[in-house]
Amino acid sequence: MTGRRGGRPLVPAYLSTGGVARPSRPHLERLSVLMGTRTPAPAGLPAAQLALLDALDEGSLTVVEAAALLRLPVSAVRVLAAELIDRELVQSRPPIPPAGRFDPDLLKRVADGLRALKHT
Amino acid sequence: MAFAPSNTPSAPPRPTEDIHLPDTARDLVKILVAGPFGVGKTTLIDSVSEIRPLHTEEPLSEASAEVDDLAGVRDKTTTTVAVDFGRISLPGGVVLYLFGTPGQERFRALWDDIAYGALGALVLVDSRRIDASFDVLGLVEETGLPYAVAFNAFPDAPRHHTEEQLRAALDLEACTPMVTCDAREADSSVDALLALVQHLIDRHAPEGR
Repeated sequence: MTGRRGGRPLVPAYLSTGGVARPSRPHLERLSVLMGTRTPAPAGLPAAQLALLDALDEGSLTVVEAAALLRLPVSAVRVLAAELIDRELVQSRPPIPPAGRFDPDLLKRVADGLRALKHT
Repeated sequence: MAFAPSNTPSAPPRPTEDIHLPDTARDLVKILVAGPFGVGKTTLIDSVSEIRPLHTEEPLSEASAEVDDLAGVRDKTTTTVAVDFGRISLPGGVVLYLFGTPGQERFRALWDDIAYGALGALVLVDSRRIDASFDVLGLVEETGLPYAVAFNAFPDAPRHHTEEQLRAALDLEACTPMVTCDAREADSSVDALLALVQHLIDRHAPEGR
């Protein structure tokens, strides 16, 4: 973790959501995956929502990656993403299947993957 | 201090700065890289990440799941902290995210939000200032995250400590893995992460194995 880098984002975080403080979806995690639904954006979509939609044009992003790309706090992207999901312009999925976190097989795949990294 | 991130031969190539997820991404997991300021969290993340480490600016003055309401907006003293993260795509569709996580109590709400769903934490310690890591270890233990401790091998770090002395100084349980790493070296960072993941596997293994 380091200090602030780069300039200020064009849209301040508190304006990006139009003043909405809580996402309409109960829980979008940092690593929830956001995908565009390829539905044409309706006219009059708020600029920040449009920016998020544009970022998903070329592929999926996690919530935290979208936040880094748009230079917004994760909390703001949660609100924007939830609104786009409500409009059926974006779909989301959880990072791993429910109850998968302590799946021994998943941990083993992480370990094997890290070992493979060393031998390349 | 001559401890800038260095390019090691083993550093993964980063041919593109497109951060969109690979199509093969299936299971997304995260590990916290926790420690006090200046201990080398970003250096470690940078040494293994396939994307240049990104960061988000996170407000500190509010509950982590919410954006400031208008009353908060007028408060010019609202501060933000930059949270770094990196990503490693592993074979088999697993994508491992590393989040550099500050350990002070005032970051508690942010900490809880980042720690949600994490596999575990790699706690980076500077053996020249062990006491700077007490807060972090306290937070990790309060959160209930399993963890391993990695001493970042600063060139002028004291070498006369025995493992027992360090373990006692940090008040670690006997089963908590303790390793030394050079956060600038990809292989060394991967070894430290492996020590943690192996610890996670052992914890879930049936008794007596």
